[in-house]
Amino acid sequence: MLAVALSLVLMVLDHRFAHLQQLRSALAFVTYPLQVLADLPVTASLWLQEVTSSRSELLTQNEELRAQNLKLSAELQKFESLQAENIRLRNLLDASYKVGDRVLIAELSAVDLDPYKQQVVINKGAASGVYEGQAVLDADAVMGQIIQVTPFSSTVLLITDPSHSIPVQVLRSGLRTIAVGSGRVNALDLPYLPTNSDIREGDLLVTSGLGGKFPSGYPVARVTRVDRAPDNAFALISAEPAAHLDRSREVLVVWSVTPPSKPLDESDNEAPAAGQTSEAEATQDNTEDTQ
Amino acid sequence: MNARGWWMIALTFLVALLMMILPLPEWARPFRPQWVTLTLIYWCIALPHRVGVGTGFFLGILLDVLTGTLLGQHALGLSLVAFLAVQLHARIRVFPFWQQSLAILVLLIIEHLFALWVMGAIERRPPGLIYWVIPVIGALLWPWVFVTLRDVRRRFKVS
Repeated sequence: MLAVALSLVLMVLDHRFAHLQQLRSALAFVTYPLQVLADLPVTASLWLQEVTSSRSELLTQNEELRAQNLKLSAELQKFESLQAENIRLRNLLDASYKVGDRVLIAELSAVDLDPYKQQVVINKGAASGVYEGQAVLDADAVMGQIIQVTPFSSTVLLITDPSHSIPVQVLRSGLRTIAVGSGRVNALDLPYLPTNSDIREGDLLVTSGLGGKFPSGYPVARVTRVDRAPDNAFALISAEPAAHLDRSREVLVVWSVTPPSKPLDESDNEAPAAGQTSEAEATQDNTEDTQ
Repeated sequence: MNARGWWMIALTFLVALLMMILPLPEWARPFRPQWVTLTLIYWCIALPHRVGVGTGFFLGILLDVLTGTLLGQHALGLSLVAFLAVQLHARIRVFPFWQQSLAILVLLIIEHLFALWVMGAIERRPPGLIYWVIPVIGALLWPWVFVTLRDVRRRFKVS
């Protein structure tokens, strides 16, 4: 009966306080080999696929990637000038805003966790500088945040987990709200919007950057259903995550460049301001050149 | 009591833990049987003087860390199941297979019930009726688990 009492105490501690994170991380170090072992068949088959892929396949793939790369760099040119313009305009408004986030590419481990929680394991951990609460993206949109870190792996809570909420903004109208996970892999709920709010089906939700966990401006989900019942104070809105939560294998772990909770002091403000003016000048030079 | 026996028991538990996180296709995920519980019950019945509540508790903590549930959720259920299995080991041992399966079903349901209570207490959305299919699958698998582990025990003379 000691065991029962002990597990009850552990559960209360784990649920209410964060002290047990260290114990959990220490134990996760013990269970890490098991995760590697479970992941092994998938990794091995991927490796085998790579090794045995034929030359023509590789050539086609290479060609496709080249084409994609060209397209992306063309888009990037536009993006860079837009970014410079954005920084210049924000400078005029005296708003502090730093663009540019550092990312780390990680791979999902093929490990099934508790089926009643939406979480995944990735193969980068504290050894790569990953920390708790960090945002995780895939190629398209926000996937979730890191909730547990061990030296070589970490656990990601997906945005669709019922215990997860993410501050979002409707891209079209600028309306801010909170998207709550629904427990299903293809749906988010927006429970806090009144019936008369400006939101439609097909609206894109992006991170608002409030709360400081997620960098702002990344796509999150697209609104799929807006149900305005006249007898209800709040509209029933659901959205579909833009990230491929159940399909992506490569994910990006993001370091937000602005530490949000601490007020910016002078020295912090100086450096980017200098960079921004030079970039702004550079763009001006560019425009002169084109003229 | 030989060191080799311990290794064998630990190995079966490791395999059971591994089977709890082995990737399954999406449709099969809700039906994953409670491998760890089945293995634990077997060892509790076969060697009640060596495997008991302590082992159950430790395994439960490992399983919690491994699957990312609340620390103690599986530990609670597994230590209770281990306690019951040790208490009832003399009876369950002499049952025929089908009767054993029924007894195991009850134990598996008890473990599931406690996990459900914990999930309810921390305000998670409770899983649907499919949740109760898992113990039935476990009970149907019991004869195979029993025979396999008994062979392992005899082959390696774990006692």
